[in-house]
Amino acid sequence: MEWLTTVDHKKIAVLYLVAGGMFFLIGGLEALLIRIQLMKPEFDFVPAHTFNELITMHGTTMIFLAAMPLIFALMNIAVPLQIGARDVAFPFVNALGFWMFFFGGLLLNLSWFLGGAPDAGWTAYAPLSGPDFGSNGVNFYVVGLQIAGLGTFIGGINMLATIVNMRAPGMSFMRMPMFVWTSFVTSIIILFCFPAITVGLVLLMFDRLFDANFFDVANGGNPVIYQHLFWIFGHPEVYILIIPAFGILSEVITTFSSKRLYGYSSMVFATVLIGFLSFMVWAHHMFTTGLGPVANSLFGVATMLIAVPTGIKIFNWIFTMWGGHIRFTTANLFAVAFIPTFVIGGVTGVMLASPPADFQYHDTYFVVAHFHYVIVGGLIFAVFAGLFYWWPKLFGRMLSETMGKWTFWLFFTGFHMTFFVQHFLGLMGMPRRVFTYLKGQGWDELNFISTIGAFLMAAGTIVFLVNIAVTARKPVGAPADPWDGRTLEWTIPSPPPEFNYAQIPLVRGLDALWVEKTEGNKEMVPSEPLGPIHLPSPTILPFLMSVGLFIAGFGFMYAGQHFDNGLAQALFNNYIVAGIGLALFFACMFIRSLFDDRGFHVEPEGLQEKGAKA
Amino acid sequence: MSAQAETVLKNVQLPEEPEKATLEGRNKILGFWFFLGGESVLFGSLFATYIALRNQNASGPTGAELFDLTMVAIATFLLLTSSMTSVLAVQAMHRHDVKNIKLWFAITVLLGLAFLGLEIYEFNNYAAEGHLFNSSAFASAFYTLVGFHGGHVLFGVVWIALLIGQLAKKGLTVVTAPKIYLAALYWHFVDLVWVFIFTVVYLMGKVG
Ligand code: HEM
Ligand SMILES: [Cu+2]
Repeated sequence: MEWLTTVDHKKIAVLYLVAGGMFFLIGGLEALLIRIQLMKPEFDFVPAHTFNELITMHGTTMIFLAAMPLIFALMNIAVPLQIGARDVAFPFVNALGFWMFFFGGLLLNLSWFLGGAPDAGWTAYAPLSGPDFGSNGVNFYVVGLQIAGLGTFIGGINMLATIVNMRAPGMSFMRMPMFVWTSFVTSIIILFCFPAITVGLVLLMFDRLFDANFFDVANGGNPVIYQHLFWIFGHPEVYILIIPAFGILSEVITTFSSKRLYGYSSMVFATVLIGFLSFMVWAHHMFTTGLGPVANSLFGVATMLIAVPTGIKIFNWIFTMWGGHIRFTTANLFAVAFIPTFVIGGVTGVMLASPPADFQYHDTYFVVAHFHYVIVGGLIFAVFAGLFYWWPKLFGRMLSETMGKWTFWLFFTGFHMTFFVQHFLGLMGMPRRVFTYLKGQGWDELNFISTIGAFLMAAGTIVFLVNIAVTARKPVGAPADPWDGRTLEWTIPSPPPEFNYAQIPLVRGLDALWVEKTEGNKEMVPSEPLGPIHLPSPTILPFLMSVGLFIAGFGFMYAGQHFDNGLAQALFNNYIVAGIGLALFFACMFIRSLFDDRGFHVEPEGLQEKGAKA
Repeated sequence: MSAQAETVLKNVQLPEEPEKATLEGRNKILGFWFFLGGESVLFGSLFATYIALRNQNASGPTGAELFDLTMVAIATFLLLTSSMTSVLAVQAMHRHDVKNIKLWFAITVLLGLAFLGLEIYEFNNYAAEGHLFNSSAFASAFYTLVGFHGGHVLFGVVWIALLIGQLAKKGLTVVTAPKIYLAALYWHFVDLVWVFIFTVVYLMGKVG
């Protein structure tokens, strides 16, 4: 119950971690099934139709339900602490964002049990996803992703307001830790790109459920509009995934090199520039759609431009490590491994950005290799780095380094085995999204290697789970500052008290804690006297609101369908269920606005008993 | 906030801009601006879709045949006036004049309702002429864009109406003030979108 009603950003971080981790395992399982099917030619491990469902659900799950929430988990752990805030700007909205994501993802995954999963690819291009071709599963896609996307959208707004308004005194924008900067830019991207896909999904939903004609050529519709809307979202989306990874890397590398970040202001500038450019290049996913040579060239050149700020970042990380006292903890291993991996992904990205070349690579395994180098070798490596780095802060327990290193080496080797060979498979012409291939085309060995690699990654993940299980048994005992850190989160106990800071610290420079350390101070200078602390009350409303949308989603999906069972027909073949769901949603909203949350106070005496200090 | 703190709050002189007096208030206002940024993209996407499809009327009626500019002009006038009355409500708030906030908000709600009434009437007329949601890509895009806006108007009307009730019950405090400010901000946004709809859908549609 405590978990259903919490509005504490640290608990919400745990919720994101558990839910995102669970979806990551589901997506990983789907990946394994795909890889087993492709292990040898003309294999019939899964039927073709199931294969389509598997790749669709794998891509969708990984992007929307695993990668995004894992990032939100890390942002929720670190951002408020790193800016010296007691809380986020909108604790209620924070909880609501989580629950919407969760119920949206749940709805999507229930499709497996309710007549089949979506099968039109994770991009769900019309008309393949439209009423004429798409299976019933696509309804789950359009409805589930709308709910989950709304949750992400409001989560992003919460982060933005938190970063702008809640920074501790002295924490100017140019003193913010890099992870806060990247969370800021990421949230701005979320803000401007999620509405675009929402519109795409809504239009698709209208076509499917209400007989609209947006993508129906016979009635004047135009499916290319869907592609534009999808990629105006989709391209920035990959930057939503990778930019926080840049931030995590900057934190981990500086801490474990015991040096300040090289070129801090150029890093900030590069981050903002990448965020901006990410909106200018969506059509590089559509070179083969027939936009014409002019549009293709412009979008190709714009895409290549992104390599410049990215290069700046890579060099800054290398210069940060240069001459530092590098400690190869598990977190840092993942961070260091990120750099070459990501460079490979970047190079193949520039290759793909050239329109004539893309006509060759398009829809082959070359693309699959490229984006997995970026997303798995970039983001997932960074998420592992971030988890090993902030785990002690969040849970007050250290993860085992020995098992951590096993995780790293298994995952790292497995990753390159799986995806490096796919570059060559792609160049040799193996198309993506095909469920099997003929033997004797020279693809057999490489596919086999790729599958073995996937199993190594799975093994690495299992070691990580064991690590968590073993660690969870240990008593809470991590020190406040286990890594000799540089930023504010390491000044408070692990795990942090509910209110984070008994006294909000005064920030006197970049790497606030390090500034104090170099001056011989053991703790931060407080910026305020000790006083009662106001905290928001827990509430069940965010949970109920999301349940409302969940119910409404089912109502809309089934409203037009015929049921043989009389009761089901009476209940579902109309908008009653949708109405009930929406009524629940709005009723909660109404209650929320009627009864202002008074919150509660933690008194200073209580604080001293708990032994917390600034 | 304890009950005691609340009475203290009521008696204390409200600051000039009560909506910005607390951190919560400032957070809400900032967050809402961000929200409107996202909403702009939402409407931008709908506009882009509409522009791409506005001549794809299959065999159904075209915009030039359908649109009745006189009625749309009246609707526009009503909505723009309601924007002004919501400004007057916010100004009344800055004078701490609860009575006039309620009055101007009530007028805003009435104008919004009148606008909605006209829109429903208009949609009915179009439907009678064979311009149904599913009759062509143009029709789908038209009803989606204008309907989304109408949904926003409806939401705003309900929101502001409920706020009037809240104001009657709780008076003007640093808690209710940001809500008033935000509702007015939202209302301006909705009106601004309508100005674009008026231009892009109706004027451009009539000219062809
Ligand atoms: C961890 C191990 C992973 C393995 C072994 C794996 C494997 C695969 C395979 C075999 C495909 C099918 C390619 C095709 O037939 O087109 C695929 C597609 C895809 N994967 Fe992964 N993947 C992994 C992780 C991830 C992650 C972490 C993400 C994103 C965060 C991701 C995103 C995607 C996407 C977007 C597709 C495209 C699906 C489509 O074509 O519709 N994958 N992956
Ligand atoms: Cu892209």
